[in-house]
Amino acid sequence: MITIESLSKKYGSRTVVDGISFAARPGRVTGFLGPNGAGKSTSMRMMVGLTRPTSGDVTISGRRFADLPNPGLEVGVMLDASAQHAGRTGREILGIAQQLIGLPARRVPEMLELVSLTETESNRRVGGYSLGMRQRLGIAVALIGGPSVLILDEPANGLDPAGIRWMRDLLRGYADGGGTVLLSSHLLHEIEVIADDIVMIGQGRIVAQGSKAELLQAAGTVVRARNMAALARALHESGLTTTTLPDGALRADADPAVVGLVARESGIALTELRTAGGGLEDMFLQLTADTQREGKAA
Amino acid sequence: MTTLVLDRGLERLVAADQVPLSRVTRVELRKMFDTRSGFWLMASIVIAALLSTVGTILFAPDADLTYYTFAKAIGFPMTVILPMIAVLAITGEWSQRSGLTTFTLVPRRRRVVLAKVIASVTVGVASMLFALATGVAGNLVGTAIAGVDLVWDVSFAHGVNIVLGSLLCLLTGTMLGILFRSSPVALVAYFVYSLLLPTVSGLLAASKEWFHDLRPWVDLNFAQSALFEGSLTGEQWAHVAVSATIWVVLPALVGLRLVMTSEVK
Repeated sequence: MITIESLSKKYGSRTVVDGISFAARPGRVTGFLGPNGAGKSTSMRMMVGLTRPTSGDVTISGRRFADLPNPGLEVGVMLDASAQHAGRTGREILGIAQQLIGLPARRVPEMLELVSLTETESNRRVGGYSLGMRQRLGIAVALIGGPSVLILDEPANGLDPAGIRWMRDLLRGYADGGGTVLLSSHLLHEIEVIADDIVMIGQGRIVAQGSKAELLQAAGTVVRARNMAALARALHESGLTTTTLPDGALRADADPAVVGLVARESGIALTELRTAGGGLEDMFLQLTADTQREGKAA
Repeated sequence: MTTLVLDRGLERLVAADQVPLSRVTRVELRKMFDTRSGFWLMASIVIAALLSTVGTILFAPDADLTYYTFAKAIGFPMTVILPMIAVLAITGEWSQRSGLTTFTLVPRRRRVVLAKVIASVTVGVASMLFALATGVAGNLVGTAIAGVDLVWDVSFAHGVNIVLGSLLCLLTGTMLGILFRSSPVALVAYFVYSLLLPTVSGLLAASKEWFHDLRPWVDLNFAQSALFEGSLTGEQWAHVAVSATIWVVLPALVGLRLVMTSEVK
């Protein structure tokens, strides 16, 4: 369980993280989603004590990170898979973590097997690793202490499709076993596929949070009928807000079931009824349009 | 697979006590040797000691073939290599960014820095003992080849002073590493400090009367050089203590403050 309360970070007058609060719960994968520069990495560094918050608190299983006696046993962290001494072998990097946490030596080969790094690969220096191999090694370092909480910054970066599938299955299994996973991404698809809960951040502020199901529902319903005027009237009379889409259909801020019911009671035959947009991606672009770099230029 | 990942048994197996300083120190020592560059830096100590010994045997005049000549010849490269080792032991965490892992596994940064200091001093003491022992061998072989009498003109106390002097060089490196947290900046700073500053200080002492008397108190290079020469008077010890406080202890405390508050990215 990770609890974040009113966490803020200012650099001079620039506010990078602006009073974010959320919780990542056990048994669930929480996706931390936002465009580049939204404050995801800074927030994650604050969670593990690498950056001092300007204000606010983070607790992990009820304790501040700095108060954990042997953090490697409780929290697995991977903030940047490339942040390793290029001259060490993958096996040595795992060995250092194993020794520092005070784990039995058998954990090293166990973790190498878990992340599918071969004997030969593990004896090579990480300077020659691909980004995907570094991500696997980073996951191994994070998991070596058998922690119950995982904090991963962009773990899917650089993985090939098979690697992404592997990572998804691993984290799914981990959460199903009772673990807490917080992972960040700017890749909407990845979060949509893996996360149970989503926290969306833009310009340091949380713009949306909730379970994936709730957030998808909040995206609204696209509805179309032969008689569009009658449909619009019926929806408005039921107190629903609508917007007309470029192709003439209406987008209503309600569940498809509610919209369908309204139409039936008004005797309107629908020709189309579906959840709005392509899921989170539309919502992500919509919610972050005013905070994104591209949005500013436009 | 799930049991491997969420291994609750591990917590029972491993004491959830604080990571002890001794363990962090052992890991820091391991990290000084486990990269190719680190390995060669350590190997350069051995290589430099052997080359200096051979050089002394070949090129020193027979009359100068005494233990002190060997100790001085071998000691000089140590005062260059040991600070580099000390600098890199600290700055690697930032320059190579491995600090992201180190400081999340041991959030008490002061403990990590202390472990690095202990590990560096351990390497420093071992290197100096090796250097002095190499000097003994060099003296034995050298005088035998030249056919001159063996002269042991370094007392035990002097030997201890030489080790202390070299450790001060090493700790200066540690201080610069903590203060700058960047390998190139700290290394350049060390050479400015050890090569440029003595010249400036010497010129100033020659031209300004008031600085001439002040110099031993504020010029660590100058005060420290007495350690390599032999035994020190009480006042000379005071010089070393005061100038080391100014040049090593105080900046290291400022640096430690920066290490505690700085962001690890």
